[in-house]
Amino acid sequence: MIKKRSILLFVAPFGLLFLAFYLVPIGYAIKQSLYKVTRTGTFGPSREVFGGLEQYQRVFQNGPFWESVGRVLLFGVVQVPIMLGLALVLALLLDSGLVRGRRFFRLAFFVPYAVPGVVAAIMWGFLYSPNLSPFTAVTRTWDLLSADLVLWAMANVVTWVYVGYNMLIIYSALLAVPQEVYEAAKIDGAGQWRTAWSIKIPLVMPAIVLTTVFSIIGTLQLLAEPQVFRTFSSAVSSTYTPNLTVYSTSSIPNFNLAAAFSVVLALATFVLSFTFLKFTQRGGDK
Amino acid sequence: MRAKTAAMAVMGICTFYFLVPIWWLFVGATKSRGDFSNSAPLWFADFHLGQNLSELFHYRDGVFLRWLGNSVVYTGGAALLGTLLAAMCGYALAKYRFPGRELLFTVVLGGVLVPATALALPLFLIFSRLEATDTFWSVFLPSLVNPFGVYLARIYATASVPDELLEAARLDGSGEVRTFFTVSSKLMFPALVTIFLFHFVAVWNNFLLPLIMLGNERLFPVTLGLYSWNTQVNQLPELRMLVLTGALVSIVPLVVAFLLLQRFWRSGLGSGAVK
Repeated sequence: MIKKRSILLFVAPFGLLFLAFYLVPIGYAIKQSLYKVTRTGTFGPSREVFGGLEQYQRVFQNGPFWESVGRVLLFGVVQVPIMLGLALVLALLLDSGLVRGRRFFRLAFFVPYAVPGVVAAIMWGFLYSPNLSPFTAVTRTWDLLSADLVLWAMANVVTWVYVGYNMLIIYSALLAVPQEVYEAAKIDGAGQWRTAWSIKIPLVMPAIVLTTVFSIIGTLQLLAEPQVFRTFSSAVSSTYTPNLTVYSTSSIPNFNLAAAFSVVLALATFVLSFTFLKFTQRGGDK
Repeated sequence: MRAKTAAMAVMGICTFYFLVPIWWLFVGATKSRGDFSNSAPLWFADFHLGQNLSELFHYRDGVFLRWLGNSVVYTGGAALLGTLLAAMCGYALAKYRFPGRELLFTVVLGGVLVPATALALPLFLIFSRLEATDTFWSVFLPSLVNPFGVYLARIYATASVPDELLEAARLDGSGEVRTFFTVSSKLMFPALVTIFLFHFVAVWNNFLLPLIMLGNERLFPVTLGLYSWNTQVNQLPELRMLVLTGALVSIVPLVVAFLLLQRFWRSGLGSGAVK
């Protein structure tokens, strides 16, 4: 018989921390978002009273917030497919037998992942600056830090950091495919392209789904890059991404409104990731 | 072979894309301030790395070294402890049947989808209620929790720890906890390394939590420190070389860790993705 006590010993430490630093904060944010601060008179003491859905009403009427949501959605719709497409192509090439020096390339592509987002953004911020950049031919023709281009300049930073990571996940999934599958394909006369398209890609679909979900979450969380780019470009406002909005609202400070922003954001992330999962799972069942 | 040439060309171009910025950072950090803006950006001028490093480590009473130390404790400590906790929980979810098991797993899995940034603000509010913001613990404790690690540990324990082995250990009179530490954890070792690395990178990259919690410069992790210097570059241009040199120094430990641990993380990465 396995003692209940030992199971508890395994589960409780993580469980308690999860409760304290995941579930309680979520609950607290929801509670906070339902309250508002009122003052009696202009200089009277402030106190928190129940405000119902008032904060949410303000979230929905907040133009800059929805602009920022639109901005990260646009960012995600363009950046995520480019990043994952590149990761898939590189993983397939590494797996194809066409490439020599696989170990080297695998590492070379993965190195940027070791660079923290903030540091990567600082580095690229310098690389984009017209006076310091090694690519002055590019930066003098296009101002990568201008209002039109800065979003895509950031997309490049995110892509640079995460392609190698995503490539490795897909590549590891490719390595797990049993060799017999390829031999069967060869006997049937399938070439490299055909094998990649009809066998490899479907087999690594779960890995692609996983990386997509992580990328969606990552996109909605965009914070370090825009926060750093504010020092390089005046085009990045304090409400440039939803997370920046939360941060600047909380430092005003209006915690109740900021809590409502967080709840909306967490819900949006949840719904988007879940919808994507459901959508792809249904496709897979057929 | 045309296909081979094309494949190698793609690989070569991508290598440039991924490595040139790091090369630039390395070369830049070896230059004096004057050379940095006046010499070829991608090649060395007078070798000034030693002076830059010494300036970096002496600036404001060596606060940069302090930040590095903080980062090691925040990330290394949180990743080590967090991996252990996640592994134990994932292992129990995989190997024992107990009431509430599925519920626990579902809730933890849902936790994977909660953006860390959505948690940072309520955490700040709770810690400020307890008057515990701007402390080491306000950043360290929340960093211990790693739901994705639990998920990976469960998958990996299911695949790599056979039930028969646990039965045999029980017959030998070994307690569950002892079996975990002496037998199961060894079988799960590649997964543990993977969980550790994922966790390490997640904490290392977590910017909002320290940004929101910490005011005291002495408690900053290195990323927040570099960020705060970078925001002052316009007023204090001499900080630019320190930011660059500091950026280089800050990425070396992780690159080394990846190089040393790479044979472990590859096998583990796949197991998380396949099923």
